[in-house]
Amino acid sequence: MNLKISALDYIQEVKIGNISAEDFVAKTIERIQSVDDKLHAFLSINDKAVDQAREIDKRIKSGKKIGNCFGMPISIKDNICIKDSKTTCASKMLENFIAPYDATVITKLKQQDAIFVGKVNMDEFAMGLSTEFSAYGPSKNPWNIEYVPGGSSGGSAVSVSAFECIASLGSDTGGSVRNPASFCSTVGYKPTYGLISRYGLISYANSIEQIGPLTRTVKDSAFMLNLISGIDSNDNTTVDNKNEDYLSGIESGIEGKKIGIIKEMIGDGIDPAVLSATKDAIAKLEGLGAICEEISIDMVKYSVAAYYTITATEAGSNLARYDNIRYGYDFPLEGYEFNSYISKARRNFGPEVTRRMIIGGFVPSAGHAGKYFLKALKVKSKLTKEINEAFKKFDFLISPTVPILPFKIGEKIDDPISLFLVDINTVTANLTGKPAISIPFSNSNGLPIGIQLMADSMNDKSLLQAAYALEQTVNLPEVPI
Amino acid sequence: MTMIGLEIHCQLTNLNSKLFCSCKANYREFKINENICPVCMGLPGSLPRLNQEAVKKATIIAMALNCTTPKKIAFFRKNYFYPDSPKNFQITQLNIYGDTSVGGTGSVMIGNKKIRITRIQLEEDPGRLIYEGSSSKNQITLVDYNRAGTPLVEIVTEPDFETPKEVRDFLNILSDILANLGVADPSLEGAMRADANVSIEGGKKVEIKNIGSFHDLEKAVHFEITRQESLHSRDIEIIQETRHWDDKRKITVSSRSKEEDLDYRYFLEGDIPWVTIDPDIKKKLQAEMPESISSKKERYVSKYNIPEQVADVLSSDKYYSDLFEEAHTESNAKEVANIITTELMGLVDTREKREASKFTSTHLRDLADAIQFGKVSRNSSKNALHEILKSGKDLSTIISELDLGNVSDVSELSEIITLVISEESQAVEQTKSNPQTINYLVGKVMQKTKGKADPGLTLDLLKKQIGV
Ligand SMILES: [Zn+2]
Repeated sequence: MNLKISALDYIQEVKIGNISAEDFVAKTIERIQSVDDKLHAFLSINDKAVDQAREIDKRIKSGKKIGNCFGMPISIKDNICIKDSKTTCASKMLENFIAPYDATVITKLKQQDAIFVGKVNMDEFAMGLSTEFSAYGPSKNPWNIEYVPGGSSGGSAVSVSAFECIASLGSDTGGSVRNPASFCSTVGYKPTYGLISRYGLISYANSIEQIGPLTRTVKDSAFMLNLISGIDSNDNTTVDNKNEDYLSGIESGIEGKKIGIIKEMIGDGIDPAVLSATKDAIAKLEGLGAICEEISIDMVKYSVAAYYTITATEAGSNLARYDNIRYGYDFPLEGYEFNSYISKARRNFGPEVTRRMIIGGFVPSAGHAGKYFLKALKVKSKLTKEINEAFKKFDFLISPTVPILPFKIGEKIDDPISLFLVDINTVTANLTGKPAISIPFSNSNGLPIGIQLMADSMNDKSLLQAAYALEQTVNLPEVPI
Repeated sequence: MTMIGLEIHCQLTNLNSKLFCSCKANYREFKINENICPVCMGLPGSLPRLNQEAVKKATIIAMALNCTTPKKIAFFRKNYFYPDSPKNFQITQLNIYGDTSVGGTGSVMIGNKKIRITRIQLEEDPGRLIYEGSSSKNQITLVDYNRAGTPLVEIVTEPDFETPKEVRDFLNILSDILANLGVADPSLEGAMRADANVSIEGGKKVEIKNIGSFHDLEKAVHFEITRQESLHSRDIEIIQETRHWDDKRKITVSSRSKEEDLDYRYFLEGDIPWVTIDPDIKKKLQAEMPESISSKKERYVSKYNIPEQVADVLSSDKYYSDLFEEAHTESNAKEVANIITTELMGLVDTREKREASKFTSTHLRDLADAIQFGKVSRNSSKNALHEILKSGKDLSTIISELDLGNVSDVSELSEIITLVISEESQAVEQTKSNPQTINYLVGKVMQKTKGKADPGLTLDLLKKQIGV
């Protein structure tokens, strides 16, 4: 059985009876059992997955109405709540947290008969871009297990890339879907802010983050978006996309489209292999009839600083609820006074989360907010203005997803500042709420390189069309695992 | 000069659901921790879902207190750790980054004095802490989250009060206004709470928190003024601090935690988009707003000729004015007002009594009509009212069951009058020289009929029999 097929191919194969959901899911679980010791993509496995697939087969056979996923095995980042299953955010703080409800995206996927094979690894509370900050140990890059898979949705990217599932849901606060997608050679999609409900996604920096799919193909991302996007009464920040079909017309091409090349995203510190891949991608797009031109977005220089200031502030508030009083991990309350209890209980946060909590307590505080937090908000609004201005001229903006190649595990973990700079090309989409996608494009010494395309708000459909066009120009080697 | 300012918290008890979820706003009827859900428990991944009705109600309050209302309102996070707060931040409003609270500056009149409102904000109530165990060492703190997320408006005033009495008068007026608007029932336990800040000439501002009732608030303010004046007279500096009201000892005590030093790190709540309240909505709310207390009062006086004092009492209490509105007709209005203010108010003066009573506006109308048409005497009407409250039976049943109806049968009444005339020959004689004496004889007839004689008929028959 071929586990390497795309979501759309899987559906086709099941529909015509070439494969059964049960066989596919069983083989997928076997695959996980055989490779995940090495890769550590999964934090927990759904031991009912095969039974659930069998039920779906029964329903297919009896001619009952069946959801669009046909039992497709999907992995879910461990910061998205699935009812009655552990949702840890890869943190010791939530070691025993069992979600009593489904996230909206989970409800929607259940209605479409998706099967959740397991919860996947991430940087603790999504803070990081290498998955090294998971409290349960790092995930490994399937292209070379000495290398990081990117993050924070590292487990999602690894599981899709190593055929441990067909698709995955991650979350993207500053590149957390696109970065690991780029490092592991999968498609990673961050939609327009508000397009996908965040209800049930455990907040890190709620004003800028979105759930996003990681898939083998651009079409699969469009397919996933069809299933999980749309207005949700449980999330007041969602927007009405009028049941847009993102698959229809996806092959429209990009002839005559204008693409801006962001100068600040191919500047200092970029890896030569990444730069040359980017130039190659631009040439391919021009070959398809697009008009590419350089543009300067001045505020990009300050975007990472603004990003860390804003995310730390929001995280400081969003993570305040973890006082272990109502849920969390095993640590009895009796005998403590409130403040001494919570300060002890909160020591279960890992080092990166603690670092950001400390920053988050400082940058918005009285006497410092003007110098840091409020200034960061100013950068955010100026950056948005500049990007909006750019989209008056261009249909899309292009850059490498990450300016560098995947790095070795442990190589940068003690150098948070240099890790932060890896975010330079991805945070802009989050700070401005724009949709962005990472498309697998090239490979340097066996390490993947992804190209990022960004579009204006609510232009997700045309962005997917452009991404599809670029994807068709690519021929990549198979993952060596 | 003594300056007192208030921060009043009022729950929007008339709403169906909490501010950010569909749990009940009326948490009082639930067992502990049964009126909760992932949202009001702040569970990981849950998001607030703004109750639009709450925004409307808060806007109505702002308009009624003559506050400015911005075009767009926003919500902010107030960050602090406390066990009654499930998210360890409170979603509230703020005016420091522009006027984005539901209400801006406004004013309320107490008599001829204007009290300025600083702002009105919509926010969520925290849960409730329950302490068990006696000594502080063995004390256990339990948390009931049923209240967490209940919609609350905070009304902040300028320090315009000079005496505890002004404070009390203001709170009475304010709770009447809120009740009259139909947004809250201030008589519910804990529905209205207030903190005060007090400063005297030459001293710093002292905040008093934890005041359980309005009655205690007046006492706390009074105590605090006395305390500060006593310090001042001994040349001891009055420091800026937060003090708590000690309910048992009836004094204010300096708080150990320095709340004035807390940094709440306010920032915009990204999970709730800005809410636009356009002029059309405001116009609609204005049109739907119930008649104000002062306008009601004016109408009662001018239209029904009800004495000013009676109209004042009647209009300021929503329960009674609603009863009046439902029961009165053009002809019986004065009588209805009279029954409410002289009889009913003494009988149903607490919420419990009101709830236990079986009294309706129909009873009130029937009773007023019966008095006016001489079917029942004013005296007997009191007995009837007692019986109505108890049994809820209709008036005619009660009159016949208790035999409260007026004696208006001419032959029956004539017999009694004959008897009185024979017993009171001296008084009968006197009526010839002093016509007022006849009232004495009417009284005697009343005595014999236990107050049930039709007064008009009695007078006529008496005059006829005596021949005056
Ligand atoms: Zn609730």
